[in-house]
Amino acid sequence: MGEMEQLRKEAESLKDQITAARKAVQDTTLQEAAAGITVVGRVQLKTRKTLRGHLAKIYAMHWAVDANLCVSASQDGKLIVWDTITTNKVNAIPLKSSWVMTCAYAPSGNLVACGGLDNMCSIYNLKGKDGNVKVMRELAAHTGYLSCCRFLSDSEIITSSGDCTCVLWDIETGTQKTVFAGHQGDCMSLAVSPDFKFFISGACDFTAKLWDIREGVCRQTFGGHESDINAIGFFPNGNAVITGSDDATCKLYDLRADQELITYQDSSIMCGVTSLAPSLSGRLILAGYDDFNVNIWDSLKSERVCWQVMTTE
Amino acid sequence: MAEAPQQQQLQQQKEEEEEEQQPGPVEARDSSEGSEEPKEDVQATPTRPLLSMRSMSIVDPDDDSPNMIVYRKIEDIVTRIQDETEGVPIRTVKSFMTKIPSVVTGADIVQWLMKNLSIEDQAEAMHIGGLIAAQGYFFPISDHVLSLKDDGTFYRFQAPYFWPSHCWEPENTDYAIYLCKRTMQNKTRLELADYEAENLARLQRAFARKWEFIYMQAEAQVKIDRKKDKTERKILDSQERAFWDVHRPVPGCVNTTEMDIRKCRRLKNPQRVKKSVYGLTEEGTQSQSPIHTPSHHCRKGTKEDVEKEILFLNTQLDRHCMKMSKVAESLITYTEQYMEYDPFLTAPEPSNPWTSDDPSLWDLEASKEPSQQRVKKWGFSLEEALKDPAGQELFLKFLESEFSSENLRFWLAVQDLKRMPQQEVAQRAQEIWAEFLAEGAPSSINLDSHSYERTSQNLKDPGRYSYEDAQDHIYKLMKSDSYTRFLRSNVYQDLLMARKKPETEQGRRTSLEKFTRSVGKSLTGKRLTGLMQSS
Repeated sequence: MGEMEQLRKEAESLKDQITAARKAVQDTTLQEAAAGITVVGRVQLKTRKTLRGHLAKIYAMHWAVDANLCVSASQDGKLIVWDTITTNKVNAIPLKSSWVMTCAYAPSGNLVACGGLDNMCSIYNLKGKDGNVKVMRELAAHTGYLSCCRFLSDSEIITSSGDCTCVLWDIETGTQKTVFAGHQGDCMSLAVSPDFKFFISGACDFTAKLWDIREGVCRQTFGGHESDINAIGFFPNGNAVITGSDDATCKLYDLRADQELITYQDSSIMCGVTSLAPSLSGRLILAGYDDFNVNIWDSLKSERVCWQVMTTE
Repeated sequence: MAEAPQQQQLQQQKEEEEEEQQPGPVEARDSSEGSEEPKEDVQATPTRPLLSMRSMSIVDPDDDSPNMIVYRKIEDIVTRIQDETEGVPIRTVKSFMTKIPSVVTGADIVQWLMKNLSIEDQAEAMHIGGLIAAQGYFFPISDHVLSLKDDGTFYRFQAPYFWPSHCWEPENTDYAIYLCKRTMQNKTRLELADYEAENLARLQRAFARKWEFIYMQAEAQVKIDRKKDKTERKILDSQERAFWDVHRPVPGCVNTTEMDIRKCRRLKNPQRVKKSVYGLTEEGTQSQSPIHTPSHHCRKGTKEDVEKEILFLNTQLDRHCMKMSKVAESLITYTEQYMEYDPFLTAPEPSNPWTSDDPSLWDLEASKEPSQQRVKKWGFSLEEALKDPAGQELFLKFLESEFSSENLRFWLAVQDLKRMPQQEVAQRAQEIWAEFLAEGAPSSINLDSHSYERTSQNLKDPGRYSYEDAQDHIYKLMKSDSYTRFLRSNVYQDLLMARKKPETEQGRRTSLEKFTRSVGKSLTGKRLTGLMQSS
């Protein structure tokens, strides 16, 4: 047996042992444990505000920490910062490249970032001295499209790219501090943990990875999806990860149990998940799909919550 | 551009149709519910046998990729709706000086959908019809916008050649030829719309070098078209236009064919063969897409990769997996604890500003005087207490009263350090050492010797994470010690029970106030009446 083969066998055997270890702690399922809880009541949804101004497909948006302002990126080549209560545009920032795929709002509210097919992450200072919003930095090093970016602070930002890596940047110097390599497919999305010590990435290799920001290593890998993971997020308590995939399902993985807890799927849903977000308590997971619908899932029971859409004007 | 229905394995098709028919009508939905689509609930009514009907569907019955399943269902409907006896009345309409061939009104389509798909609600029929229209299976003859109206608007059915199930991905060269062709024909009905003129101008710039070729192809197409019968041409022109309305939609319309550009590179679907609508086979016409770059992840696993993987797997194996029951319980508890703070589940008090347009709730949440509900949250975890500026302030005050505020101040200083610009990090790190850890430091914190050693080592090359271990240690200390005492303390409990205590004091005050006021009133009242009487 050649050395390569031996190594591969060893890897396989370890994988089997890990699977066994995971199985060993499966003394129940989340659904069983949640069987006795009251079902979530009807959730009433209605469009409350419509933010008009973009002229082409809006590819991404991100809320500011104050949950009042948000930034959106459109392929009309503009980043717009909105006051969502008044629906006014606070800033309309023209971009060098209109092929933008992602945008982010810094926790401080001072900066926004965006990027896309230009393979770069551009940082904009919203609070410049003369009132004009200008490019502050252009973080260039990725060899693939920029799929997602998230600020840790005004000094650091994490990006994910179609080149299969995620990178931690120092904004001031514009340099890469850490490269998180390991995914075998385009990284599509990332999310930072509530304590800013970890981040998770979802990729086209059908896996999600948990990364230690300080150490620069992958701590855990979660598989099970049968297609690209497009969207990813943390459960509000920071102990679980939610993923949305082209395989038409969302999954909940627990970090401490190191495995999948539950899958959110329905035979009538046949298109991919493009985005997701948990509600504040985590009890609801809202997921956006390729058929332009949003489904709301009871995260504990894996049932779709009845919802009413009240048509507005 | 053949319009003839595709040949099918009749037997196979029949079997497939029978298989697909599920008993039971489409569920009626009230208009208040969310949108559903043909792919979910469209089912053939069992009362009418379909044996006589051959579906024109061109989808391979064994193909079960999501889009194809939907296309097949739509194509079955589209076949039935065009049936001579059981379908909608498709006819030629006389109008002014001309005849409009092969049209049906929107109202007829809606009516047919309701009757034949057993839909009780008109809005539901409109929705399904709209989705079928958006895919381009039928279209309004006088509009680029692909939608269904329940009125006398005329619609025409699309030729199977142009059906989406062919997985057309027409190149811009095809589109250029099409637009160019339109300008060559002197017909008002073929005049370019503004957005089409803009598109043509853009394409002329993009294809400047091969425009001659495109022009020639357009001329050739015009020649072919001229040979056809006038009525047939009217129909074909409109179908061609509808095809382009799907693939190059009017600005502002949803593009149902648009593939996510991030996924374009990896053509997984073998059916998506790039064939030209106009039969162009020349190599030069295939414009190289800027995003079709060779993929970098075809790397084979090297020995190093496998060794790395083994290392990783070993650490994974060493990890202790928590029991599912424990983990589930923790999640359930969390959701229950936070349920009252989740506006989707519990109506916030006084009201949800998004629905009531009253921002009181937000004012309350931002105010320095926290509500009981906010104070209660501080008791969930140290993290929650510190997240809220008011909570952080109160906890700091409490620690000051216990002469242990240096712990929190250290923790906060390190949090700030982690967010600082790189150039300032080294200096700040030293300042923190001087303040909290050095010998004789003014705010000396209590670190175990191990963490102390590690930290002083780290400071030889100070960085953002130099104090990570120390910070973790102090946090654990605060959590297990000071925080629990804080929750039991008077300052916290008083605030938590805010309503009761001040109320009793207030109660006493108000009754005294009331008395004073009433006495005053009676006195002034007398004085006033006295005054009035005197004047």
